[in-house]
Amino acid sequence: MATNEQYRICQSTGLRVYKSAENLIKANAVVAVVFLAIGGLFGLMVALTRWKAVHLLPADWFYLVLTAHGINVLIVWIIFFEMAVLYFASAVLLGCRLATPRWAWAGFVLMLIGAIMTNVAVLQGDSSVMFTSYVPLKAAPSFYLGIILFAVGALVGCFVFFGTLVLAKQERTYEGSVPLVTFGATVAAIIAVFTIASGAIILIPTFLWSFGYISHIDTLMYRTIWWGLGHSSQQINVAAHISIWYLISAVVLGAKPLSEKVSRGAFLLYILFLQLASAHHLLVDPGISSEWKVFNTSYAIYLAVLGSMIHGLTVPGQIEAAQRKKGFNNGLFEWLRKAPWGNPAFSGMFISLILFGFLGGISGVVMGVEQINLIIHNTIYVPGHFHATVVAGTTLAFMAVTYLLVPLIFQRELVLPGWAKVQPYVFGIGVAGISLFMMGAGTLGVPRRHWDISQADAILPYDFPGAANLMMGLNGLSALLAGVGGIMFVVVVVGSILFGKKIESSSEVAKTDPAAEVATKYGSEEHPSVPGTLVLVAVFFISFVLYYYVNWKYLAEIWPLR
Amino acid sequence: MSVTPPQQKVWWNEPVPKSELIWVIVAFIWGLIMFFMMVYWHAYGEQNLSNESYRITAEDYSAKTEAMVEKYTVREESGYPVVHPPPGSDVYLIARLWQWWPILELEKGQTYRLHLSSLDWLHGFSLQPVNINVQVHPDYEMVITTTPDVAGEYGIVCNEYCGIGHHQMLGRLYVVDNGESK
Repeated sequence: MATNEQYRICQSTGLRVYKSAENLIKANAVVAVVFLAIGGLFGLMVALTRWKAVHLLPADWFYLVLTAHGINVLIVWIIFFEMAVLYFASAVLLGCRLATPRWAWAGFVLMLIGAIMTNVAVLQGDSSVMFTSYVPLKAAPSFYLGIILFAVGALVGCFVFFGTLVLAKQERTYEGSVPLVTFGATVAAIIAVFTIASGAIILIPTFLWSFGYISHIDTLMYRTIWWGLGHSSQQINVAAHISIWYLISAVVLGAKPLSEKVSRGAFLLYILFLQLASAHHLLVDPGISSEWKVFNTSYAIYLAVLGSMIHGLTVPGQIEAAQRKKGFNNGLFEWLRKAPWGNPAFSGMFISLILFGFLGGISGVVMGVEQINLIIHNTIYVPGHFHATVVAGTTLAFMAVTYLLVPLIFQRELVLPGWAKVQPYVFGIGVAGISLFMMGAGTLGVPRRHWDISQADAILPYDFPGAANLMMGLNGLSALLAGVGGIMFVVVVVGSILFGKKIESSSEVAKTDPAAEVATKYGSEEHPSVPGTLVLVAVFFISFVLYYYVNWKYLAEIWPLR
Repeated sequence: MSVTPPQQKVWWNEPVPKSELIWVIVAFIWGLIMFFMMVYWHAYGEQNLSNESYRITAEDYSAKTEAMVEKYTVREESGYPVVHPPPGSDVYLIARLWQWWPILELEKGQTYRLHLSSLDWLHGFSLQPVNINVQVHPDYEMVITTTPDVAGEYGIVCNEYCGIGHHQMLGRLYVVDNGESK
């Protein structure tokens, strides 16, 4: 095998970076950020339309822009970035060349063509069918074809990732087991393969139906299989962004897992159980039994939730252990107070962790309770939940890791370091507001995907309580703040790539502290205890239990039904 | 570190720190509690979504609804018939682009079998302000046995996107005290 491909040794981390992998990471990350900017702007327009006092767009444009928002951020931005993460976690972390870089480029081009094709279909105005494209709403055939091409491209990327794992093993570029981050990325890639398979099963017939080759698609079947794509693709994100939490805490603080076994076991639970979550969307649908709903919605007795709750301890726990090893040992929380809060990679990662757990995680489990879903399904509580998971969780984690990738892969220093420093806070607070106010409005019954809840021209109008309009206004304000944070991110990243000072052989960035490298030795006496993390976890647990039962109380107040 | 291969090659034999072990056990037990909470509510709770549903064509469902409307209409409002069916009976509500039809008038504390189906696309039955939300499919008829327990005027919002008229798709439902009509 030809192994004479060019590589460089990164001065700051000692990682061996091959040119082929580097270029692909760059290309995927740049395209991802472009689509984030576009999709984010659409999102801002949606929020400003739902703010009664502003009511920015007319109805037809609102539904068009909402469709474009969903496609561009939930699919295009995230999956392009995930390709960059997969190539980084395989080729760079294992110090190996990328398997079949030409295939990887082919996948990249397919994804790009698909993304543009679907966007064109949406912007032409005859494909305002939302991200979910539920039949019998019909989009232009190119809408479905674009998504199919995009998915094929992503599938190619996953297999390049698997191929690189094999190559690294064969060429012995590392010893022992793959690093935890690579393990997590592998979990994400495996889930991606399941997910894309579900997508193919439902979208190929829908594509054929869109130009009349198939006459009828059952709505219940569509929803059941489509959510095997729609929800599972969010589980790729969970596995990917949790890997990034581990990656950032390792690179910035030299943290190492408290226990490899526990962290890997938690990832393994995702492969086994996360796929059942398609059920979360079917809890109030006809024709499906309660037994099926209860088993699937709980990921078989909450075993995937168990995985996430474990990471909720192990990620801050390893940070605490590394910090204590450095001497931040006073009291319960000195390790946290003296964490590098001015480093946007760290602050972004920690805010992502907190918001994903407290807002996204708890609300997700609660609304996924079979009966409680009755008071939440399709209200704006649902986007409230997934903006906490996908925006505050995944997107913020991806932004945070970008602050590491710019010096590491693009070899540029960050421009506007002051902006970078505050960006995760601005974006984080904005997104937290978006989530909380949408959830609040949802508990008052405000529907999602709805142009005008004041329903001025309806024959039988219904007045929502004033508090609902207040919440939607506050949601608009929060979206503005998140928008500012998003623009800051794009300006810093694009500015750094274009105009940042070149890093030749500098070792200024992303320096790990050698003292922390021996933060823990598994199972030995030296294993530091993590009392601060246990307190955090206890606070999380109490909030979880209280919020869970408060919602049962709300449920008990509605009309009896059976 | 998490970005390098495990320090101990045989990492799977390392003992698990106590803090992690305790949390895994607590989280697992909490999962069990949450799982059995759903099962418990099926046995003892009063709000469980019905498992009763049938396949039906739009024509048949439409015919059943119209038969009910013909028999029990008590007045008209904004061009909609207001139907006051007897307590305990089968009550039909049509979802279609873009209306909920007809207006139903139910008696407080009485139990009804409420049928829901769509004649065309997917719709979302969202009864406000009580905030009961159910997905409504074409070709499927769901039957919910329910007992309205607070009198008043309710709005039915569509909360599944169904095209450009989606936000105008509103219906109404009255709950009145026994034997009365509004």
